[in-house]
Amino acid sequence: MVTRSYMSRREVEQQRFSIPVTVLVPVGAVLLQVLLPRVFAGLAILDLPFVVTLFFAISRRSPIAGTATGAAIGILQDVLTGQPIGVNGMAKAVIGYAGASLGSRIDVENTTTRTLLAFGFSLLQSVLLYLIERRLLGIRAYHMQWLHELLRAAANTALALPVCLLLDHARHQE
Amino acid sequence: MQAMDFLTQYKNALFLIGVLLSLAIALAVQVRSPLDAAQPDGPSVRLIRMWAMTAVTPLERVTHAIGYSVGHGWSDYIALRHVRQQNKDLQQQLERMRIEEAAISEDALQGRRLQAMLGFREKYVGSTVAAQVIGASGSEQSHILTIDKGMRDGLRPDMPVITQDGVVGKLRDVFPSTAEVLEINDQSSGAGVILASIRIRAILSGTLTGRVQIDNLTADSRIKPGEQVLTSGGDQVYPRGLPVGVVESIAPDPDHQPYTAIRIRPAVDLDRVEEVLVITGMQPEMTPDAQHDLTTAAAQHAADLSAERLPGIYDEQTGGAAGASGATGTTGTTVTPAPAVTPHPLPAVHPDRFTSGSTPPADEMTPGGANSSASGQQPQPTQPGATK
Repeated sequence: MVTRSYMSRREVEQQRFSIPVTVLVPVGAVLLQVLLPRVFAGLAILDLPFVVTLFFAISRRSPIAGTATGAAIGILQDVLTGQPIGVNGMAKAVIGYAGASLGSRIDVENTTTRTLLAFGFSLLQSVLLYLIERRLLGIRAYHMQWLHELLRAAANTALALPVCLLLDHARHQE
Repeated sequence: MQAMDFLTQYKNALFLIGVLLSLAIALAVQVRSPLDAAQPDGPSVRLIRMWAMTAVTPLERVTHAIGYSVGHGWSDYIALRHVRQQNKDLQQQLERMRIEEAAISEDALQGRRLQAMLGFREKYVGSTVAAQVIGASGSEQSHILTIDKGMRDGLRPDMPVITQDGVVGKLRDVFPSTAEVLEINDQSSGAGVILASIRIRAILSGTLTGRVQIDNLTADSRIKPGEQVLTSGGDQVYPRGLPVGVVESIAPDPDHQPYTAIRIRPAVDLDRVEEVLVITGMQPEMTPDAQHDLTTAAAQHAADLSAERLPGIYDEQTGGAAGASGATGTTGTTVTPAPAVTPHPLPAVHPDRFTSGSTPPADEMTPGGANSSASGQQPQPTQPGATK
């Protein structure tokens, strides 16, 4: 017997978000990312803008929208963190594109799928940041610390699951 | 027609490539060299950052105010246990530090005389602006703080930022009402330092992981963990002699052989900075207050030296010579520098029944009875160096 996903292809293509959600959620994520480490420095390991980028990408399933959202969130993050503008912008644009491309092919409502996606894309972002810093900007002191990046991926995955569940309620079903 | 088909078919990938190319060009424009130290960003990038900071700052201020109220409500009204004891301990510590200050004031004066002879142009902190930290970068890749003072308060890029514990960093971007502080543990940060006891100059920099290290020194057996690291003043940013931290570990640097990676533990807890001082002005002379403090300490030290040279006068309350213990200041006692002591005779080397204090009080003596001397139990005299 063939198991059917509870979400049909028609529903998949009709997921939309209101303009306030589209604007305020990414901005709020970047602001929280800036403010939370003031409360506890260890929270800097989390990347809330990454989680939001991934959620919008896999939900909208439009590579162009995913790329644009990722680039915008990344640029805003760069502006507020004092980094050269474009470092996070490029990494998150790729995450948005890849997430949206995958989102149109697999069922991303499943918790297991989301876990794997969040973990894998977090590692991909670490690799992208490494390439940008090391190869593009020529920062030779930039080293990839795999254990730390695995921890970061695990932390981002743990954050992504409840955030995605929360943001699921913000969808417009047409 | 084929071109249209191509564009339609690969529009997603083309859009991604376009975005990446745009951002790569933007990056290339920003990281052009050489960079102006006072203006790390170009005018357009600085404008973008200023707009973003202007938009974000009110939210940061509100969040900081709420956190500050809650935190200080707790610490000011609830967590006041042991404050009296703490106050007492601090007063004792202050007294000890005054004594230590008196002990080193002579050396300081001598140093100033020598500097004057050599024509050395020392710079002292002239004016400071107190500011509160209202935000942080929130990223492990950059260590930047946002403070609630800016250009309107007289701040300029590259001004040093300190706390009472030591160096925090320097101002990076200064906006009208806020400013960004580049912490010393940021990877793009640097400072000229000197190892306090062995007087080796070095360059301190931040690492990607938010640590502080010196990586321009070759292996030297004199560099040991615990060595104090101070600013050298050679970078023309930080005034000389500010505490930066202590050497935590020394290990070969695999990336820069034969240099060593000397890891520094910052004097300031950079993750928990709340209030900072921005040094807005330097001057060739000490401030009147600092000059007064130094003169007072020097006078005190002279008095202590005179007391040391006088015949020994022992005080049972302090258990030693006031001047002598004042000069050392390491016993941890509550010694005052020049107390009004009651003279007592020196303790006898070989006490006997004629020694002062060996006779019991009159009301304890009985006519014809044995006293303590007769029974052979002689009281032990107070040791000169005994401390409480």
